[in-house]
Amino acid sequence: MNNIARIIFFDILKSKITLIYFIVLSLVSWISFLLEDSVSKGLLTVMYIVLFSVPLMALLYSTIYIYNSKEFITLLLSQPIKRGNLWSSLYAGVSASLCLAFLLGAGIPIIVYSFDATGFLLLAMGTGITLVSVSLAFLIAVLTDDKSVGIGLSILLWLFFTLLYDAVMMFLLFQFSDYPIEALTVLLLMLNPVDLARLQIMFRLDISAMLGYSGAVFTDFLGTTLSTVLSFVLLIAWMVAPYRLSLKIFRKKDIV
Amino acid sequence: MITIRNLHKYYQKLHVLKNINLEFDDEKRCIALIGPNACGKTTLIKCMLDLVTPQAGEIIISGRNVRNNCEIRRLIGFMPQTANFPKYLSVENTFRLIRSVRAENNDTDEELYRLFRLDRIETKRMGTLSGGTVQKVSATLAFMFHPQIIILDEPFAGLDPLASAILKEKILKEKGKEKLIFITSHVLSELDNLASHIVFMDEGKVLFYKSVHTLLEDTGEYTIANAVMKILIQTEHE
Repeated sequence: MNNIARIIFFDILKSKITLIYFIVLSLVSWISFLLEDSVSKGLLTVMYIVLFSVPLMALLYSTIYIYNSKEFITLLLSQPIKRGNLWSSLYAGVSASLCLAFLLGAGIPIIVYSFDATGFLLLAMGTGITLVSVSLAFLIAVLTDDKSVGIGLSILLWLFFTLLYDAVMMFLLFQFSDYPIEALTVLLLMLNPVDLARLQIMFRLDISAMLGYSGAVFTDFLGTTLSTVLSFVLLIAWMVAPYRLSLKIFRKKDIV
Repeated sequence: MITIRNLHKYYQKLHVLKNINLEFDDEKRCIALIGPNACGKTTLIKCMLDLVTPQAGEIIISGRNVRNNCEIRRLIGFMPQTANFPKYLSVENTFRLIRSVRAENNDTDEELYRLFRLDRIETKRMGTLSGGTVQKVSATLAFMFHPQIIILDEPFAGLDPLASAILKEKILKEKGKEKLIFITSHVLSELDNLASHIVFMDEGKVLFYKSVHTLLEDTGEYTIANAVMKILIQTEHE
């Protein structure tokens, strides 16, 4: 890591909000494992909590962090530094610190209770969702200069991906259940990174009853191996695409 | 050294800079950019730093266009109107960071660092410093790497009288070293004895660019403030 990334990494680690994030994640994960009678049930609970809370923290915190660093970014850009380098250092610093907080918070109980492929997959998905959320937050921050609009957008995006999306999809499925809409459902699932991560873990846990209607459609349609590979590729695309777009805009942006 | 040709800048529909043509060629100059709020001073500076992209025209520094050329900023030291640093970064590490970004030899100008007594607060975090102290840090950074061009955006705002005096002294000293210094300010009285030339801007246009000497002679006044006021009243009458 270069100097700017390192400084941002430690700056975020030292903040109280990151500490609270770490404490809440570890408390909730430990408690879920202790209360559930089997490890696989515990993993499921932790998965729901992780896929709900990690995007919120990563989206909101990174958006706010970028807006608050505006003057610092201006100062750095008045130095001999390329815009692309600065943006990637920012991304590295922000995402590394949030990933570390997640891995220390939820990772330790997960590894203690489930030291196997499923546990590691859950860790990978949490990290992946963090990276996706930070990418999206960077895109939001570069799209609008208005801090309150940016924060509003990131909250909306989180609500959309974690709650509204599934609700709307369920509604559509029930409304059009008389028609062959499996292909459409699969397509819709692919457009939500949180669903992609959830499906990955579901395949692993192999609890078809828990997959729900949409998940069942997904496996029926593509088969387990192909769906795993495909959703993995799509998740990577969700990390890369928003970041690349934000970088492209940032290179030409007026820093006012 | 700096040539600005036919510069136009729009923010959406707002025409902020309207055909700016300026030439700052010889050295030993301290140029004061003055004008009312929203006249385009800061935007002009940001164009020079390639922070904003003009829709038309160009800025040439030392024979090179500033667009997408980050190496040019090695020649420039910039002190922004308001600075802000990562909250948990110590003063010492802030300087270390900027030093590593510029990646130049260790021959740095530590004079302001000493005079502002920044060594006493080396271990403090940037988030705990007062606004004035942060200004001191960014002023020190602007002078630190012996830049040929020094741009100070409202440098005295927020500084206490003692710190202002130290900074003024430093500007005069650098002016003697064949450097090109830009200062923007609303408080015209601060510029007496400091500025050698005045660029007066209003509504995105340059009203005049004169040396202080000719300005005072033309108007028959003794201070920059009075001379500028006189010209403003004259233009209003015409």
